[in-house]
Amino acid sequence: MLTTEALVKELVEKNGKTRNSLMPVLQGIVQKEHYLSEEALLSVARELDLSAADVYGTASFYTFLDTVPRGKNIIRVCKTITCHMKGKDEVIKVLSNALKVKVGETTHDKKFTLLTANCLGWCHKGPVMLVNDEIYPDLTPQKALEIIEEYAKEEKKA
Amino acid sequence: MENNLKKVDIIFEIDDKCTPLDVVVKTLKRPADEIILDLIDSGLKGRGGAGFPTGLKWKFARNEDSDVKYVICNADEGEPGTFKDREILDRVPEKIFTGMAICGYVVGAKEGYIYLRGEYNFLLKPLTKKLEEYNLFLKKNNIDFNIYLKSGSGAYVCGEESALFESMEGKRGEPRNKPPYPTVAGYNSKPTVINNVETLVYTTMICRIGPEKFRELGTKDSRGSKVFSVSGDTPVPGIYELELGMPLHEFVNEFGDGDVKAVQVGGASGHCVPRKKFNDTIIGFEGIPTGGSMMIFNSSRSMYNVLHDYLEFFAEESCGQCTPCRVGCQQLLKGIEAVKKGERSPAYLDDLKKLTGTMKIAAKCGLGQSVGNPFNSIIDNFREEIIY
Ligand SMILES: Cc1cc2nc3c(=O)[nH]c(=O)nc-3n(C[C@H](O)[C@H](O)[C@H](O)COP(=O)(O)O)c2cc1C
Ligand code: SF4
Ligand code: FES
Repeated sequence: MLTTEALVKELVEKNGKTRNSLMPVLQGIVQKEHYLSEEALLSVARELDLSAADVYGTASFYTFLDTVPRGKNIIRVCKTITCHMKGKDEVIKVLSNALKVKVGETTHDKKFTLLTANCLGWCHKGPVMLVNDEIYPDLTPQKALEIIEEYAKEEKKA
Repeated sequence: MENNLKKVDIIFEIDDKCTPLDVVVKTLKRPADEIILDLIDSGLKGRGGAGFPTGLKWKFARNEDSDVKYVICNADEGEPGTFKDREILDRVPEKIFTGMAICGYVVGAKEGYIYLRGEYNFLLKPLTKKLEEYNLFLKKNNIDFNIYLKSGSGAYVCGEESALFESMEGKRGEPRNKPPYPTVAGYNSKPTVINNVETLVYTTMICRIGPEKFRELGTKDSRGSKVFSVSGDTPVPGIYELELGMPLHEFVNEFGDGDVKAVQVGGASGHCVPRKKFNDTIIGFEGIPTGGSMMIFNSSRSMYNVLHDYLEFFAEESCGQCTPCRVGCQQLLKGIEAVKKGERSPAYLDDLKKLTGTMKIAAKCGLGQSVGNPFNSIIDNFREEIIY
């Protein structure tokens, strides 16, 4: 695996050394490292010739640009109205029990982080959740569990 | 029961005899001013919520004197209850690209960007591939326009046009003061046309079928059709393209579950219409406009929970830049909680309504300005549910 500094250099190279590249660079880091470490933020500031505060300011604005460590797999269960009506509470409850974490927390083995999100744009198929970039509509608590088990299995294989 | 709802098939229609690629090549042979006139003539208004006439927007951008201009497709679709843009991006992306390329030709822009919300990252791969093919096609036909893809990172407010530019420029997604409007100074402070996904597809289709066919649909103030996202208590949730200007009761007859108590028109920032007003509510710019979100609630739903969800959404998604919105959203949320618990008297709801009035005047962008829409329409029609 690339070191953080090498990764940042690579992303800056690819997207261009301008302020307008800041979002794609930060997104690229999160894709690989699951969150933005202090080291990553400082390195981006250096490479794009911005102040660290400026970089942190942008990063901290966006829900998907986490500045605290996250698990390898990030689960985001939609909590907005339609999914609420269709049973997101039960989905969150079984996931929370199975993973032994509360919403906002990461499992000890750093494999899963359980989060909620605002409307994911699948309201006609609620409840829904994202796992990383994958969408899972028409959930039941049982289905949600099975999906997470699959991720846990893959994890073992890897 | 009698049913007059007119279903339309323009957006998702596939016509192998005249593909989006054919449309762009044909249209770019026409004079730009003529295309603008057609768009104005069609009566097309923006489908992203604000409803600005699209032809005029393009004309303003065309009239600006600048070497660099941009075309941006707003695919940030974050309004709760809206999911039609995702479906359009998935099923007919070339129609979007064509709308952008035509716009680029009309206004004199060489670069287009699609700003895709981070929640739709699963679309990045297929879209990138289709874009590569499309860009290559443009190049082969000597059309000097290239489309790029940018993704968001989970912030509803970035759907607001100026916040979207800020985000593309690598900054916090905080809306700017207006004026200047985007057609004067948008992305990189250059003249920019920003349109919703669906709006761009309609521009493509108007260039293909002609403005008359589009005008025939809808009403005097709301020409054409629109894609609706139907969710909530309905046996047939999904995406439907319908003629604009329909009375809400006809919509409810078709989509309700027989026990509809209220419909939230236009998402969390829209209006809640109670059953007694279904008969005299028109869905369109002359009545209640909508970006397409139609959330149906039956009698088993607590309108307190609905309002609570909405306020929580706004409190979380407010960018926090201006006080009326940042503090206002929090106070509205705390306020209805306090009334529900009996810590405040029911009359406090009227103070909160006044607060939404202040927010409407003093908030910097549409987010803070429109929180009063759901708040007042729910409080006024379901006051007892908020209190008891
Ligand atoms: C808080 C907020 C969020 C918005 N989100 C979106 C959005 O997700 N998609 C969109 O097309 N327009 C959104 N808009 C409206 C845009 O600012 C802009 O008016 C629209 O993209 C213009 O395109 P149109 O003329 O084709 O409708 C939003 C506005 C506000 C105030
Ligand atoms: S109204 Fe709200 S979202 Fe808009 S600029 Fe002010 S604080 Fe930000
Ligand atoms: S409310 Fe959950 S996807 Fe829209």
